[in-house]
Amino acid sequence: MLEIKNLHVRVGDKDILKGLNLTVGAGQVHAIMGPNGSGKSTLSYVLAGRAGYDVTDGAILYNGENLVGMPPEERAAKGVFLAMQYPVEIPGVTTMMFLKSALNALARARGQSEMDAIAVLKAVRKKAATLNVSEEMLKRALNVGFSGGEKKRLEILQMALFEPKLAILDETDSGLDIDALKLVAEGVNSLRSPERAMLVITHYQRLLDYIVPDRVHVLSNGRIIKEGGKELALELEAKGYEQIVKDAA
Amino acid sequence: MSSAAAETKSQVAAIGEKYKYGFVTDIEMERAPKGLSADTVRYVSAKKNEPEWMLEWRLGAFKRWGEMKEPSWARVHYPKIDYQAAYYYAAPKNTPLKQSLDEVDPKLLETYKKLGIPLSEQMALAGVAVDAVFDSVSVATTFKDKLNEAGVIFCPISEAIRDYPEMVKQYLGTVVPVTDNFFATLNAAVFSDGTFVYVPKGVRCPMELSTYFRINASETGQFERTLIIADEGSYVSYLEGCTAPKRDENQLHAAVVELIALEGAEIKYSTVQNWYPGDENGLGGIFNFVTKRGDCRGARSKISWTQVETGSAITWKYPSCILRGDGSVGEFYSIAIANHYQQADTGTKMIHIGKNTRSRIISKGISAGKAHNTYRGLVSVLGKAENARNFTQCDSLLIGKECGAHTVPYIESRNPSARIEHEATTSKIAEDQLFYCLQRGLGQEEAVALIVNGFCKEVLQQLPMEFAVEAQKLVGISLEGSVG
Repeated sequence: MLEIKNLHVRVGDKDILKGLNLTVGAGQVHAIMGPNGSGKSTLSYVLAGRAGYDVTDGAILYNGENLVGMPPEERAAKGVFLAMQYPVEIPGVTTMMFLKSALNALARARGQSEMDAIAVLKAVRKKAATLNVSEEMLKRALNVGFSGGEKKRLEILQMALFEPKLAILDETDSGLDIDALKLVAEGVNSLRSPERAMLVITHYQRLLDYIVPDRVHVLSNGRIIKEGGKELALELEAKGYEQIVKDAA
Repeated sequence: MSSAAAETKSQVAAIGEKYKYGFVTDIEMERAPKGLSADTVRYVSAKKNEPEWMLEWRLGAFKRWGEMKEPSWARVHYPKIDYQAAYYYAAPKNTPLKQSLDEVDPKLLETYKKLGIPLSEQMALAGVAVDAVFDSVSVATTFKDKLNEAGVIFCPISEAIRDYPEMVKQYLGTVVPVTDNFFATLNAAVFSDGTFVYVPKGVRCPMELSTYFRINASETGQFERTLIIADEGSYVSYLEGCTAPKRDENQLHAAVVELIALEGAEIKYSTVQNWYPGDENGLGGIFNFVTKRGDCRGARSKISWTQVETGSAITWKYPSCILRGDGSVGEFYSIAIANHYQQADTGTKMIHIGKNTRSRIISKGISAGKAHNTYRGLVSVLGKAENARNFTQCDSLLIGKECGAHTVPYIESRNPSARIEHEATTSKIAEDQLFYCLQRGLGQEEAVALIVNGFCKEVLQQLPMEFAVEAQKLVGISLEGSVG
């Protein structure tokens, strides 16, 4: 489903990704682990198409189509979803209003019919309950005054609503206590399906106790330096990044 | 980021010919001779069959106008206006006063349809009465009967001058004096029509009153005059919507609106102004020099202005409140959007005269393209205004790098018990907000509209429901192509 080939990415005048290769098949969950500054967030942004992340070489093939140069909203319409590390606040726009606008924008782009307010409300309520997203949260301005846990739950709610084919979770565990982490992990696990690929980007092994990956990749200095099964995460936890990076060199 | 800026430029250039209301209705017009003189004033007055006192009033204004200088203090720049090069009166030739809609030229009705004004029985269901001003003559007035029942007078001001001369004499020019300012004085001399509203004591007006103004004929100024009187304990909500067709030359619009709220009365005045703003190079567009002022003449009266200003090449407008009655309340809620080369210099004046008077100012300025947007406001507390309160909040939002936002608040207090609060912010649409929206599938323009509507929410909430939806769409339309 996702095939990243020799990806080089520059941000400003700095090369961040330097020849990254990665393949994720449909139905699989892969984890990307790496120390701070290794390029984890850059990878998530470049997959989603954020401006300012310039691909200088290589390709991102998604179902055989190169995503490089495609606007973010087209990627979203094609099923790319990024659960962000720092969800953005939009004052004055209620969460419900935002969800309705996004759902209908995606529906239009996917050639489906738009939903009216009542249909959206029903769809949202159904999925909100399991993620402990309250009615009251849906009425508040998007992410404004939300706790860290609320923001992340809302990201997963959107992932559930927008039905992506490729979901990227960027440090979804950051800022969560253990209860919130479990809740979010359950939400993610319930979205695992044979048609959906997931890329879980994290600094810590902890999240992977709850979202068990098929493969683990270690990112360092803009390249994947090591990969393995889920046990690689435990090895990282035990040895630390420094040792793994040395071993790989 | 630099590539984003370049993209912004190209997108701004690409919007081009998007002005939705830029059509011209081909109807034979009757015009005053070009230019402005005492004879022009007499012509306008004669066309309206005005009584002698009204003509004298106009001529007095015209004389004073000749001695006045065009103001230059606003932060707007425009070529010198040649007041002799315009027509000061234009009326559709075949449509004198009509008794019913059936008598109205179907082309006119077609125009209204294009503007989205449902000038039909549906309006009754929507609870809106429309006094539509087409250039200078009111051609259709609806739902007079229902209003008559309540004793509400809602008619063209030319009719009020003939039918209710005592009331007009008593109130006209008492809020905006004939000599108030250059543009108001010009209006006093040549105003061709407008709206008159009187709500009797204790009456709550049974429907929202609405007037659509539209400048159609080329090279005509439109000088409408509105006078609204809310008698003791009454309530009225008045909506005003404005559009004008697209032309290369600039057209002058100098309106005067006077509101008078007597004891315990409340007037809510809402405007959605979408005059033609000019093209993406700043060619054409309406020069909108408007004087709007409300007088809270009685105790515990209230006047609330809400405006959504998205159009016009130049907007010069300061809807104000004179808080004369003890315990009276003035409010000003404003959204001003300037894109391309538009210039807006707008704000309010709150003059606290009575005791325990309160005012509230919420201003949201949005600048995009090469536009400049200035909030200019005055809060003045006079010596006898014990316990006056004001709260002011001015927020500016910038889209792109070539636009400007300016905030010019004047505060004067001559009473130590006054409490005046002023808050101001300037922000940009953050790149991360845009990216977040795009990632969730929203298009660029939809994302900007959503964020800006969120920014304006406090003001949009003040609009009557029927207008709020239209205004939200307008916010989106007027910012199309402003972000790359």
